[in-house]
Amino acid sequence: MRHLIDIMDLSVAEIEDMIAVATDIVEHPEKYREACKYKKLATLFFEPSTRTRLSFEAAMLELGGQVLGFSEASSSSASKGESVSDTAAIVSGYADIIAMRHPKEGAPRVAAAKSDVPIINAGDGGHYHPTQTLTDLFTIRREKGSFENLTVGLCGDLKFGRTVHSLIAAMSRYSGINFVLISPPELKVPSYVKSKYIKEKGIPYRQTTSLDECIGDLDVLYMTRVQKERFFNEEDYLRLRDSYILTPEKMKMAKDDMIVLHPLPRVNEIATEVDDDPRAAYFRQAKNGKFIRMALILKLLEVGNEN
Amino acid sequence: MRIDAIKNGVVIDHIDAGRAMKIYEMLGLDKLDCPVALLKNVPSKKMGKKDIIKIDGNVDINFDEIGFLSRNITLVFVKDGSVSEKKHVALPRELTDIIACKNPRCITSTEQGIHHHFVLDNEKNGVYRCIYCDAQADLS
Repeated sequence: MRHLIDIMDLSVAEIEDMIAVATDIVEHPEKYREACKYKKLATLFFEPSTRTRLSFEAAMLELGGQVLGFSEASSSSASKGESVSDTAAIVSGYADIIAMRHPKEGAPRVAAAKSDVPIINAGDGGHYHPTQTLTDLFTIRREKGSFENLTVGLCGDLKFGRTVHSLIAAMSRYSGINFVLISPPELKVPSYVKSKYIKEKGIPYRQTTSLDECIGDLDVLYMTRVQKERFFNEEDYLRLRDSYILTPEKMKMAKDDMIVLHPLPRVNEIATEVDDDPRAAYFRQAKNGKFIRMALILKLLEVGNEN
Repeated sequence: MRIDAIKNGVVIDHIDAGRAMKIYEMLGLDKLDCPVALLKNVPSKKMGKKDIIKIDGNVDINFDEIGFLSRNITLVFVKDGSVSEKKHVALPRELTDIIACKNPRCITSTEQGIHHHFVLDNEKNGVYRCIYCDAQADLS
């Protein structure tokens, strides 16, 4: 039995297999309509989520399975003080697979130790969010055709953005990647992430505070939200805020085939006018999340396509 | 100041200055009934100054986990007044319930009955990380 806690739990080959399955699901959804018939997915969401929970539930329903669960801690026994371990042990008796979101970092790992069924980490605080990274990888593959020889720009809050760290880790395993890290000095990629996944692997990278300066070099632009509360003073926030807002003017400086990704929710870091640009891939990315989660559920349940 | 040489026992040498008390507590040396000497800030050519612990008695102690507290520790085992063995204490690969994770967002801060478990992430820098939240262990 396998769990998915961290994207690095999966080998490159396993990710490739899942991308192939997800691609086949997109092209031949009818083949998978009963793949998980009589199987149940429990979505244990101890904190609210829109895309992740609904995409997990949609994924299981499209595989012919059923879903049960809760969408906030107050409607679970956690409100009575039940431990994560106990919740996992109990729910694993009711479902065949569990997707868990929890505000505490490491909660899914605790659950995995007590669960009799696969646990999928659907986000643990500011820590890991491996299915978002799978979504990002699947989208890049679909949009760009390959992971090789891409210049990937990561922009915004690179310090606290969990999706950024996981994407760097996952993409560092492919050859020819070039990272451009675009952030205010206060929100740089943590040094241990940079050391472990970029420097030690000899991956070319550069750090800059200016999106304008590098946008023309990028094949992929991964936007994240710069949150006001991350700054020490409002003056710095106001000074830097606008430089990390993607506008149609900035898009004019980008390559014709660059794609823009964003884990969403977007607040104001991408102007809504950019949505109509064919290079804006973030809504397609959100949709892809369902397909790659379908592939993940099939993998963890060890269900093949028998049609 | 003079501390007599020990006849049978072990000397924990080359402890980073200021760390001996931590090691004393971690090994539970206060529970021994044999003579134990703790020397602080002993002049050292190699280290400038160092701490030393001398245990005068045959004791059954697992020293494997003290390596994370001080990188240069040497264990000198003494038998019948002579050195019988010297060995360096390597960094343990894992630490279980020896230190606690101090990240308030870590599940260990609220969940009862789970172990505080760290793994060695960077041998060169002696960095340990919590297996749950990846926070760097505070070894101070």
